[in-house]
Amino acid sequence: MSAAAEIPVVQLRAVSKTYVAGEVEVKAVCAIDAEIVHGEFVAIVGASGSGKSTLMNILGCLDKPSSGEYRLDGVRVSALDRRQLAVVRNEKIGFVFQGFNLLSRMTALENVELPLLYSTQPSRARTRHQRAGEALRRVDLGSRLGHTPSQLSGGQQQRVAIARALVNNPEVLLADEPTGNLDSHTSAEIMGLFRELNRCGTTVIMITHEPDIAGYSGRILTMLDGRILSDVINAAPQLTATQRSSGTG
Amino acid sequence: MASTFRPLLLQAQLTASISLRALRRNQLRSGLTALGIIIGIASVISLVAVGNGARADIEEQVATLGENLLTVFAGNMRSGGVSGGLGSASSLTIEDAGAIVREVPDVLAVSPESSSTAQAVANGRNWSTSVVGESSEYLLIRDWKLVSGTMFTDRDVSSAAKVALIGSKTALELFGPLDPVGQSVRIRNIPFTITGVLVSKGAALGQNQDDRLIIPYTTAMKRLTGERYLRSINVRVTRAERMTTAQQQITSLLRQRHGLAPERSDDFGIFNQQEIADTVGSITVIITLLLGAIAGISLLVGGIGIMNIMLVSVTERTREIGIRMAVGAQPAAISFQFLIEAIILSVLGGSAGVLLGIGIAKLLELALNFKAIISIGSILLAFGVSFSIGVFFGFYPARKAAALNPIEALRYE
Repeated sequence: MSAAAEIPVVQLRAVSKTYVAGEVEVKAVCAIDAEIVHGEFVAIVGASGSGKSTLMNILGCLDKPSSGEYRLDGVRVSALDRRQLAVVRNEKIGFVFQGFNLLSRMTALENVELPLLYSTQPSRARTRHQRAGEALRRVDLGSRLGHTPSQLSGGQQQRVAIARALVNNPEVLLADEPTGNLDSHTSAEIMGLFRELNRCGTTVIMITHEPDIAGYSGRILTMLDGRILSDVINAAPQLTATQRSSGTG
Repeated sequence: MASTFRPLLLQAQLTASISLRALRRNQLRSGLTALGIIIGIASVISLVAVGNGARADIEEQVATLGENLLTVFAGNMRSGGVSGGLGSASSLTIEDAGAIVREVPDVLAVSPESSSTAQAVANGRNWSTSVVGESSEYLLIRDWKLVSGTMFTDRDVSSAAKVALIGSKTALELFGPLDPVGQSVRIRNIPFTITGVLVSKGAALGQNQDDRLIIPYTTAMKRLTGERYLRSINVRVTRAERMTTAQQQITSLLRQRHGLAPERSDDFGIFNQQEIADTVGSITVIITLLLGAIAGISLLVGGIGIMNIMLVSVTERTREIGIRMAVGAQPAAISFQFLIEAIILSVLGGSAGVLLGIGIAKLLELALNFKAIISIGSILLAFGVSFSIGVFFGFYPARKAAALNPIEALRYE
C-alpha cells in the first residue's frame, strides 16, 4: 500500500484557467500546484466562486487549462486534443455528479454499460452486461439492474452513477457535490460507500461545500479566489455509519 | 486487418442500436418526420410506374398496327377555302401503289385502301361499320391473322369478287356466337360472302380495329364508292432501319409521278406509325419527368423536415450528449449516432414510401385501363435517394451535436 502511495496520479503545475467574459478576464483558477497520489481520498472545499468547479472540470479532462501543466497517471493531458481527452475520460476517469446525470430512459444496467460502449476496445454485449452487473453489485444494487432511474430513490440513483463511474476501473473517481441532492442519512450512506471504495484502492477526489461531508476524506484542499488556501491531512476522518455501529457493537 | 475492423463493426452496430432506440422512443414524431420522405418516395414510385405503364401500353398499341408500316395519304383538297382533310384529294391512284412496290427497293408489299362507312345487314340484324377495301397482302402488311376461314386471293381482287373478312366485333354484333364463315352479309344491298374472321386486335390510338369488314379494294371502288382514286396506300417496309429511306424514296417517286414542280408542296402525306409512337412516347417521358421533379421537391422538403427534427433532437438531448461525452464518447461517435438516426429515419421512410407507392400504383391501375410497371430501378433509386437525404440533411445536426462543449452540455437544463 505504501509503495503504491508513492505514485502521483494527479500532478498540477502552475495550472491556471482564465475565462473571457466580454472585456473582463476572469481568473477562475490561478497558478495551482498540487499532487494527489494513488489511493488518496481528497476533498476540495470552498465557497461558490472559489474555482473548485473549474478545477474539477480540468481534473476531469472536460476542460483544458489556459496555462500550466496537468499530468494524469503520468500522461500530459493538458497537451491532448478533444478526441484524446475523450479516451482519457473513458479509461482513466469516473464521474459522479450532484444531479446524478443518468439517462432516464435506460435501465440501471444500461446506464452503467454506457462507458463500455465508447471504449476503444468495445466488448461483446454479454461481457458488457457482466461487467456492468458486477459494478452494480459493488454498490449494493445487484437486485435493481432492470430499474429505470425514475423507479429508484435519490441514493440508489447516485449508486448507479457511482457504478457507472467504476465500471471501466478508472485511475480517479471524481465526485462533484455527490451528496448535494441527498438527505443527510443518504449522504452518510454514499460517503460510506466512497470510503469503502477508497479503502479498496480507488483514488477519490470530491468537491463539496459542506464541511461535514469533507470530514469523511483523508485530505482537505480549501480553495479561495482560484487559489489553494490550505492543504491539510484529515488525521481523524469522520466515522461512517457502519464503522460507528461496529464501534458501539 | 481483421483486428481493426471488428471493433469498428461492433461500434457501428452499437451506434445503430442506440439510434434505433432513440427513434422508437419518439414513434409519433419519427413517423411524422418521415412522412415527407414517405410521400416523396411514394409519389416517385407510383408516378414512374404509371408513366412506364402508359409508355408500354402505347408501344403495344403501335405494335398491333403492324411493324414497319407506312401509310401514304392522298393530299388535302381545298375548294373555296374549305379544307377536306387528308385523303380527300384525288391524287393517289392504283398505279401509284403499283409503282411504289415496283420501284422502291425497301418496300415489301402494298395495299391500296379505299374505305367507307356502310350499314351491314346479316342474320336478320344490322350494324353500321367501316368497309375497307384492301389488297390480298393486307394481312401480311398488318401482321394480322385470321381466327377461321381464309384471306381473299389476288384473283378475287382482280375480279372484284364480293367476298369479305369480318372483324371480331362486327361478327359478334351481326352473328353473335355463330361462325360467320360462309355466311352472307349485305352491304348497300350487295351480298358478300364472308371468307374469314379476323383476330381481335383491340383499339389502337383511339380506333377500334375489330369493328370492320375488309373487302378487295377493287370491289370497294367499283361496287361501293364508285371512286377512281385511293384514300391511302398501306406500305410494308422490309426493316425498321429502312423506314426513313423508304419514306424519302416514296416521296420523290410520287412527286415525280404527279408531275409536281420543285416549288409546289406534296399533294400527299406519309404517316409513319413509329414516328407517332415515338412522339407520344416522348411526351409521356416529359410528363413523367415533370411529375418526378415535383416528387423531387417533396423529397427536398421531407429532407428539410428531417434536418429540422434532428436539430430539435440535438437541443433536447444536449444533456444526454454531455453525459455521453463525460463518460468518454468521441465527438465522432456522437455525430455518427445522430447521422445514423437521420439515415434510419429517411431509409425507413423510404421503405414505407416504396410500399405506399406500389399500393398507389396498383390502385391507379384500377382507374386506368393499363398496367402500371413498377421497375426495380426506381425502387433501388428510391433507397439510394432516401439514404442520401439522410446523410445530407443529418450531417449538419450531427456536426452540431459533436461540437457541443461537454461542460455546457452537462449544465443544460
